[in-house]
Amino acid sequence: MAAGNLTPTSYIDHHLAYLTKPIGDGGFWTLHLDSLLTSALLGIIGMGFIWWVVRGATAGVPDRRQAFVELLIEFVDDQVKGIFHHGDRHKFVAPAALTVFVWVVLMNAMDFLPADWMGLGTNLISEHGFRIVPTTDVNMTFALSLSVWLLMIYFAIASKGFGGWLHELFCTPFGVKPIWAAPLLVPFNLLFNLIEYVSKPVSHSLRLFGNMYAGEIIFLLLWIWAASGLVGTAFASVLGLGWAIFHILIVLLQAYIFMMLTVVYIALAHEHH
Amino acid sequence: MNINFTLIAQAIMFALFILFTMKLIWPYMLRAIEARQKAIADGLAAAERGHRELEEASQSADQTIAEARGRAADILAQTERRATQLIEEAKSAAKGEGEREKAAAKAEIEQEFARAREQLRDQVAALAVAGAEKILQREVDAKAHSDLLESIRGQL
Repeated sequence: MAAGNLTPTSYIDHHLAYLTKPIGDGGFWTLHLDSLLTSALLGIIGMGFIWWVVRGATAGVPDRRQAFVELLIEFVDDQVKGIFHHGDRHKFVAPAALTVFVWVVLMNAMDFLPADWMGLGTNLISEHGFRIVPTTDVNMTFALSLSVWLLMIYFAIASKGFGGWLHELFCTPFGVKPIWAAPLLVPFNLLFNLIEYVSKPVSHSLRLFGNMYAGEIIFLLLWIWAASGLVGTAFASVLGLGWAIFHILIVLLQAYIFMMLTVVYIALAHEHH
Repeated sequence: MNINFTLIAQAIMFALFILFTMKLIWPYMLRAIEARQKAIADGLAAAERGHRELEEASQSADQTIAEARGRAADILAQTERRATQLIEEAKSAAKGEGEREKAAAKAEIEQEFARAREQLRDQVAALAVAGAEKILQREVDAKAHSDLLESIRGQL
């Protein structure tokens, strides 16, 4: 759009460009304003809506709005109830799961907004690029998964004590018996646990990122096709519709998986071996 | 894939959203849902209690009716017994009265009869004396012949 001569590469590059703002020296000290802005807006809208409904919640017959929110909350609560048996889930895990689910669903759902039409609006903010799907930003998904990772470690230490956590780090899952094999088993245990601690947040975040990013790319490829002529527009529209419908499933499923894994990881952290 | 400070900013945002949900959303919703669950449970319990009370009431009503019926039957039986007794008593009293009357009448008749006989005897004796006087043509000394007269009177 903004680029003069449109090639597939420039088109995709354009749509996947971030609105960046350097806040210091070096590549790390940069902010993706688009991801931050969209995710903050969606979080405020989503959680704010629920808060607004919940503030007026009645114990009597709920209206449609409240019934919808209750349905959502009870759905999340049911999932958490099935996984988390390590204390009062209402204190932290269930609210966290609700936050994750609602936020991720909303961020994923930004994928449904037609990229080029949105561009008309976002161009006013930034002509260079504005990514409206925060979960296609690896910073976003890693922010979530690393937060969960920290919570995992926090709850592991909180429930087992620092000594217990270190013990599990070195002495599980293979154990240290027989004692003559301990020097061999301890490094293996540590290696195994380290791999687990690295793979959990990586897979947690990349699963979401990969799904959403791939979805976005497919949309963009279809829109490139749509720009190639009348036949291409017709085909791309039909396929785009099909992909969008299929994408509803992916959006909800990925949010659900992300929430479930969050709960599972926190529950596992409470478990004593 | 460029990891940058966005990650940390998003993580802070995430923490704030979780905190918001924890403090301002979850407790209110939970309260409403639990209050409703309690109301429903109370309602069900009340219905159950009402049901049980109805059952108990109908049971006690049945019992009362059965008792009343039994009492009525008792009273009826007692009354019948009493009536029979009264009839028997009346009957026996009447019978006794009748007997007594009969006996009195009989006694009176006998008395009358005895008196009449006595009179008759006196008259016959007088008649016999008079006859004998006629036959003897003289007066009979009642004193002198009192033994004789007495024996005649005795024979009559």
